[in-house]
Amino acid sequence: MDETSTPETPAPHDGGSGGPERPGITRRGLFGLVGVGTAGLAVGAAAAVGTAAAVDAATAEGDGSGGVHPFYGEHQGGIVTPAQDRLHFAAFDVSSTLDRDGLVGLLQDWSAAAVLLTQGLEIGEGGAVGGSDYAPPSDTGEALGLPAAGLTLTFGFGPTLFTDADGVDRFGIADRRPEALAALPRFQGDALQPAWTGGDLAIQACADNPQVAVHAIRNLSRIAFGRASLRWSQLGFGRTSSTTRAQQTPRNLFGFKDGTANLKAEDTALVEEHVWTGSGDGPAWMTGGSYLVTRKIRMIIENWDRVQLQEQESLVGRTKGEGAPLSGGTEFTEPDFSATGATGEPLMPTASHVRLAHPDQNGGARMLRRGYNFVDGNDELGRLDAGLFFISYQRDPADFIAVQRSLAADGLNEYLRHVGSAVFAVPPGARPGGYVGSGLFA
Amino acid sequence: MSTRPVSFLAVAALASLALTGCVANDTGAEALTVDIVDDACAVSTDTAATGAVTFTATNNGSDVNEFEILADDKLRIVGEKENITPGQTVSLVASLEPGTYYTACKFQQVGAPVGLAEFTVTGEASEVSADRQALEDQAVAEYVAYLRSQVGELIPAVQALVDAYVAGDDETARTLFADARVSYERIEPTAESFGDLDPKIDYREVDAVAEGLDWTGFHRIEKDLWAPEPGDLNSDGTDALADWAPSTPEQRAEYGAQLVDDVAALRELVDADDFAVGLGDISNGAIGLLDEVAAGKITGEEDWWSGTDLTDFAANVQGAGVAFGAVRELAEQDAEGEQLAAEIDAAFDELESGLATYGSIEDGFVNYRELTDADKKALSDQVNALAEPLSQLTSTVLGV
Repeated sequence: MDETSTPETPAPHDGGSGGPERPGITRRGLFGLVGVGTAGLAVGAAAAVGTAAAVDAATAEGDGSGGVHPFYGEHQGGIVTPAQDRLHFAAFDVSSTLDRDGLVGLLQDWSAAAVLLTQGLEIGEGGAVGGSDYAPPSDTGEALGLPAAGLTLTFGFGPTLFTDADGVDRFGIADRRPEALAALPRFQGDALQPAWTGGDLAIQACADNPQVAVHAIRNLSRIAFGRASLRWSQLGFGRTSSTTRAQQTPRNLFGFKDGTANLKAEDTALVEEHVWTGSGDGPAWMTGGSYLVTRKIRMIIENWDRVQLQEQESLVGRTKGEGAPLSGGTEFTEPDFSATGATGEPLMPTASHVRLAHPDQNGGARMLRRGYNFVDGNDELGRLDAGLFFISYQRDPADFIAVQRSLAADGLNEYLRHVGSAVFAVPPGARPGGYVGSGLFA
Repeated sequence: MSTRPVSFLAVAALASLALTGCVANDTGAEALTVDIVDDACAVSTDTAATGAVTFTATNNGSDVNEFEILADDKLRIVGEKENITPGQTVSLVASLEPGTYYTACKFQQVGAPVGLAEFTVTGEASEVSADRQALEDQAVAEYVAYLRSQVGELIPAVQALVDAYVAGDDETARTLFADARVSYERIEPTAESFGDLDPKIDYREVDAVAEGLDWTGFHRIEKDLWAPEPGDLNSDGTDALADWAPSTPEQRAEYGAQLVDDVAALRELVDADDFAVGLGDISNGAIGLLDEVAAGKITGEEDWWSGTDLTDFAANVQGAGVAFGAVRELAEQDAEGEQLAAEIDAAFDELESGLATYGSIEDGFVNYRELTDADKKALSDQVNALAEPLSQLTSTVLGV
């Protein structure tokens, strides 16, 4: 594990417009993922120096080149990292034959690959085209010539990893399960499908290029064959939240700006308070981690599109154009929940989404949202199978639960179906030479 | 319908190879006798010490016979003597490492082994220092012998199926259908290498239609035996009764004769003196068989009407196992190769035990339609777990 070696010198970048802070590494050139502890780790270690802070220096907006976010650090990437444009999220079930050593081996192999993938490098001996003519290439190759595109890979552990559905402690870690990590309660209006729910392990791949994100999940799935297999996976586009002030507030498929009031990376004190698990929060292995909630939320958009503008705005609680709260001001003006109109009714309607989701209405509960739009073709009725793949990171899933319970009265629910749900413990970032989640097995 | 090419080289030199494990003119060998009759195959003792073991076999039966030594999977042939005519005595000298083997004869050189009996070899494993060429020759000879034996078993199995089908005895024919395909499925990539034979023998209706071919073979018979009801759909969602009608007795005779002829043609090809395989063909054949499983069987499209996909599945896996067994010693030339072989072994074990929960080739499997999506995914995961290391086999075996 601690073995390091000097990597081959990376060749110059051949895609994007390399800035001075970008390492300028191409997918061609660095070979040798032969288990953990080889070339890639040393590169990652160098890249991690001095970049453990919450905010990356890498380019924020998605021009497709995206820059490089180091895999190693105090926290995992892909949380306060400026939200990339594209998502491929994957939930895995581990094989019934996997034992504790096998699970550790998988996390080591995934980490070693992630170090290379996040730098836009090919994985495996020989990479995509440099290996034996008589063996399948180690790297599947569809990202050849593409830059790192800001790829982040974020790994999480589901409740069933600790104790499976039959109550079995497969890996001797049941007593290390954080109390906060438990299957979410049933919420009003849930229409969850098992095929979109749960999972032992999760990988969130975000990048500014969809092919880079897919390449990462495809290769990590391949590495896992025989040890873990895909339970479900979701492609997303058009980030629906901004996670830094530099980013414009994007729109969801309802056509509204989403995430105006989201936690931003710059709010370091708030991020510390609401996103990262602290040293007293639970088991020590989770310190510096977070809890990830995903909800696949189908939007009945054909019905929504027939709703009058005024009704749309009062259901959301914001204007559709500017995104200002209906109590007045501009997008970033705090909503005034006490403001009333001429007839005494609140300007922020009691069933409006913004009102019900607001921290003031939920005992101060806040989370960092990082969702994506999705369109998975259409259903059998000819309706777009579209919606929001909601992702939130919080210090405690209880915050999500509180807000979701408030939203039981949300007027938008008429146009929403929650079809998938999952919760994962996201351990802190891996240290150079280590692997993600190592604290759990220490 | 694998797309992986498996070319069989017509290398004349290979045809003269000594058969697997045979050591010529070894005079110090322990001698055992084999009494061959048409329905029995009695070896004088069921154990021997490791090293060169000589079997002196006499055919006391009424027709030509052959004697085989099989590995512990009862499939891989580690030594054989063919064309033993009535009254003839021959010797077979086999160099056997410690382990469990099976001895058997094959009356008229076709069909299932006769008198299969366990044979134990005891002692210390010898230091194998055989040079690479010898190992390669052995792997090739072993695999060719296996292909020939499987085609030999195919002939009577197909004949029995066709007899019942042509006679209109559908009930019997249905019980014979899955078994008749086993030997074929074990060696499918080989059959596919002979251009037009596989389309005639094993095309599904949708494939034949797509390629504009006359639809013949196993699956034509299958649809007659498990005839669709009005409203049933083909695997591609088209009406099962469109452009299809139950075969008339005359058509049954025609399709039956065609299948018998086609498997006979296959036998002629693999029995030809110039038939040979390359090392890469063997390992690619193993991979190709797993591709067959992953592409056709796991989706239940192969035996759409009979639901006997799991028998094909198991036979594909067995065939892959035999091909792997033939080249494994060549793969295990260094620590990396040994690790690969161990990974492949473990994955084979998992997959075979997964399959065993649904039945066996001997006793039959449950209808594939009874499997849930979760059952199929579990099998698919096991196929992936095996196919991934197996896909490295050719490179490792060839050392390039």
